[in-house]
Amino acid sequence: MKYQFESQRVSYPYFVAAMALFAAQILFGLVIGAQYLWPDLLFPAIPFNIGRMIHINLLVVWLIFGFMGAAYYLLPEEVEGEIYSTKLALVQFWMFLVGGATAIVGYLFGWHDGREFLEQPFLIKVAIVIVVLMFIFNMIMTMIKGRRRTSISIVLLTGFLGLAVFYLFAFYKPANMTVDKYYWWFVVHLWVEGVWELIMAALLSFLLIKLTGIDREVAEKWLYVIVGLTFLTGIIGTGHHYYWIGTPAFWHTWGMWFSAFEILPFAAMVAFSFKMISKRARNHPNRAAVLWTIGAAVLSFLGAGVWGFMHTLPQINFYTHGTQITASHGHLAFYGAYAVIVLAMTSYAVPNLRKTTGIITHQKQEIFAFWTMAVSMIFIALSLTGAGIVQVYLQRVLGMPYMETQSYMTVFYAIRLFFGVTFAIGLAVYLYDFFFNGSSKSLKQG
Amino acid sequence: MTKTSARNMFIVATVVVSAVFLYLTYLSHMAFPAKTHPENITAQVAHGKEVWERHACIDCHTLLGEGAYYAPELGNVITRRGEEFVRTVLETAAVQGWGTTRKMPQFDLSKQDIDDLVEFFKWMNQVDTNNWPPNKEG
Repeated sequence: MKYQFESQRVSYPYFVAAMALFAAQILFGLVIGAQYLWPDLLFPAIPFNIGRMIHINLLVVWLIFGFMGAAYYLLPEEVEGEIYSTKLALVQFWMFLVGGATAIVGYLFGWHDGREFLEQPFLIKVAIVIVVLMFIFNMIMTMIKGRRRTSISIVLLTGFLGLAVFYLFAFYKPANMTVDKYYWWFVVHLWVEGVWELIMAALLSFLLIKLTGIDREVAEKWLYVIVGLTFLTGIIGTGHHYYWIGTPAFWHTWGMWFSAFEILPFAAMVAFSFKMISKRARNHPNRAAVLWTIGAAVLSFLGAGVWGFMHTLPQINFYTHGTQITASHGHLAFYGAYAVIVLAMTSYAVPNLRKTTGIITHQKQEIFAFWTMAVSMIFIALSLTGAGIVQVYLQRVLGMPYMETQSYMTVFYAIRLFFGVTFAIGLAVYLYDFFFNGSSKSLKQG
Repeated sequence: MTKTSARNMFIVATVVVSAVFLYLTYLSHMAFPAKTHPENITAQVAHGKEVWERHACIDCHTLLGEGAYYAPELGNVITRRGEEFVRTVLETAAVQGWGTTRKMPQFDLSKQDIDDLVEFFKWMNQVDTNNWPPNKEG
């Protein structure tokens, strides 16, 4: 299938940037994963804290590149009209890329703000706000000028508005660490367990409509059910971060009852995907995109839903809080929910955008990449869960000092690194297909 | 269920839970003085927090269980190790390993920085965390 609107092509550089930054993220992940086994590796040039800062900041930046690219791709088809300003979209792209790259390079030289995940220096934070506002302005104008208003575009816009609004709490830095942590979660939790789920659900609905040919009314009803469940459980579910940080004990009750049900929107996404696929009106030729789309629903259910539920109850979290259990959940949840939905959009949209449009190449490589990366990430999560169980027993139950516990966890760190390498192989296949095969094909025919 | 009723349920649910969440936030603020003793946040403690952030300590250590899992919990480090031990670590980090070969970078902190960071840890130590962690090892 060919793209329908000329301005959709502005999404292409966004997908390219996302993939390049994804590769860099995994490179830094391998470095810090290896430091667990060989602590002197690159020390003190890239100490663990800087490597981890870069690993996670790159993740956030490439996911947002992916979300924005996805939005620029789908909006014209949704609203039946061109993007309001492709020039603005390009300016915004370069601003975001230069700002993001400056931040990452700055980290290597110690230019950071020192709060977990919000390490961006003040100036970079301001630049991020400006970039997101430019994007939202372009999105709203496109929707106003478009011929129709769809629920997918409205939910997507709500997600981006929430992303912008909650990021503002990153500027609040009180001297009281408990209050600091309280509002820090307004960014971190209300992003990933709140408004980002709206973006994910909107992209999932768009992909399912395109890939299965099902009725839009049905898909959009599901979409509202999913995002309704997200906010119903996830907003007060923030309380599961307020068990032990100097916040009142009533959060044990509120946090437990609401966050326990945060699995529901993910369960609904799985049910939605399988139902739509089973009722499909046609078999889409892009089988890889279908696989990535179902994969997003299933892996997010596993990582965010099941692995999240595992340690969300205060009675369990008392022992698991701040151990490798959290790291295992973090890896599978972010990959399953957000990385895979961006990769699904990439697999679907990019072949449509290339010069020789309508040709879907290299399905085999993409399907190989899907399974390699999915299985690798599941084993990364399982090995860190193993490490976490050992840590909880030795440190939290027996009272062994932290550093001593680490020597008993080495085997799990080794397994994690092994699957980190296999993950990188899967990604290399995916990126080779993305960067070289597609373009060489179009060169030959063009 | 129609699409419109699904959308209306989404809106109503969002408004209701947001209102409850804001009310619980208000109640949390009412409780912060008793839980955290902000009157003990001296200029030294506030500066200690800045030193903590300047060196991105949170990206290796945890503080009240939040952060990275590469190095020990520091919310209760004063109870666990005492003030002198903390000073020694800050002065000699990267010169000697800590238990295993994992090392902390040497941040070349001034005496003032070290004093204030210790004051910050002392303040963290008195925050009422609902009896977390399970034992002093953090």
